[in-house]
Amino acid sequence: MEGIGRILAAFLSTTVFAALLGLGLAIASRKLKVEKDEKVEALNDILPGLNCGACGYAGCEGYAEALASESDSNISRCGPGGDETKEELGNLLGLSADESSVRMVARLACLGTDEAAVKEFQYVGYSDCESAHLHFDGDKGCKYGCLGLGSCVKACPVGAIDYTGDGLVVVDPEKCIGCEICVDICPTGAMKMVPEDADWFVACNSNDKAKVTKSLCTAGCIGCRICERKFPDAGYVVTDNLSTLSYTGERGEGRAGAATACPPKCIIPIKKED
Amino acid sequence: MTYVGIIITYVFISNLVLSQFLGLCPFIGVSKNTESAVGMGFAVTFVMSLAALITWALQHFVLIPLNIVFLQTVTFILVIATLVQLVEMAVRKYSPPLYQALGIYLPLITTNCGVMGIALISVNKSYGPMESFIAGLSAGAGFLMALLFMSGIRERLDTEKVPRFLQGTPIAFISGGLMALAFMAFDHALLTNLIGG
Repeated sequence: MEGIGRILAAFLSTTVFAALLGLGLAIASRKLKVEKDEKVEALNDILPGLNCGACGYAGCEGYAEALASESDSNISRCGPGGDETKEELGNLLGLSADESSVRMVARLACLGTDEAAVKEFQYVGYSDCESAHLHFDGDKGCKYGCLGLGSCVKACPVGAIDYTGDGLVVVDPEKCIGCEICVDICPTGAMKMVPEDADWFVACNSNDKAKVTKSLCTAGCIGCRICERKFPDAGYVVTDNLSTLSYTGERGEGRAGAATACPPKCIIPIKKED
Repeated sequence: MTYVGIIITYVFISNLVLSQFLGLCPFIGVSKNTESAVGMGFAVTFVMSLAALITWALQHFVLIPLNIVFLQTVTFILVIATLVQLVEMAVRKYSPPLYQALGIYLPLITTNCGVMGIALISVNKSYGPMESFIAGLSAGAGFLMALLFMSGIRERLDTEKVPRFLQGTPIAFISGGLMALAFMAFDHALLTNLIGG
């Protein structure tokens, strides 16, 4: 009987001890409760909660805190939230959105499919662009193009990027939230940010000279300056053997004409009806 | 044992992870990148030092006088878990930057067996309060070191071609095992040679 008494005593004392500790914790949680700023909470509820970092802060809460403390008054930093979030944030904070900013989406500046682009060697290894890039800057002859192994596909927080099946990737502009993670992760820099309402796009990233580009890819910009010279109002500028199209200011005539005149046909329309 | 002896023992010779195989869950779980490994390492160090001290007090002021040492394990678990929760609340309230750095890892280690392990080891070796504290601190430092090494290895492993059946945790365990083997080189002879006893 004495043994059972001891067991009971142990059981009871442990239970009481545990209950006391639990009570202590409960009291402590009341006393040490962190007063969360209601404004921050409200702002945080409006934000989409993806924590993608497109706003430049470490997650949605960071942005909400910055807005609440008025250290940041720009309410159009949130790409994923779009206009809706902007409006709600504006209502809450009494600020108006900066209307001049257009949503930016990622776009692949490369047309070097398996068919179009020459490969220097066969890459067998970890299926990751970063890893392929460690070996002679990738298997493609062109060192500026898409490696097609999909580091960006894996990194995209919303799954907006997909493989095309012929050695490239494609961004779905509807899904793209403009967080620029793919731009940062692409080892060749072939991913670029373009305004959502862009009309034409130079889909090449090669700074090689014409002869080199031509020998490596049938769809590469050779820097022939036809777009720049023949269509001076269109906004094409060729620097470092690569044409770039400006989207700021007035979009003059000849943007479509240049695409037709482009010898390698690397200027592509963005909207189908154009 | 001198303090230096205790530090060398728990950082190198009886490293919690590499020679006693305690605290393996965070060792495998949080060693995927260096940043979180360091955060976790410091959080564990912090909790281990405190837990070693608190359990020493519990052992000598409550369990031994009341002659209920057989309740040691249960009460240690209770006290350590409560302590960690309490520390988390206090840190969140009084030091937000520290909470940002360590806080998210604290709930993960409420019942880390490494923490429990060092508390029991210090009690079994009948260390004094300061010795217990130093033991906890150095065991935590050893854990931090092991986690840091492991995260380095795993970051390199990410870009290597690993056979499919070994990808992820299996190759991590194998690498960890090899590292533990290397740590076998530290034994008590080292201690004897270094500090003469």
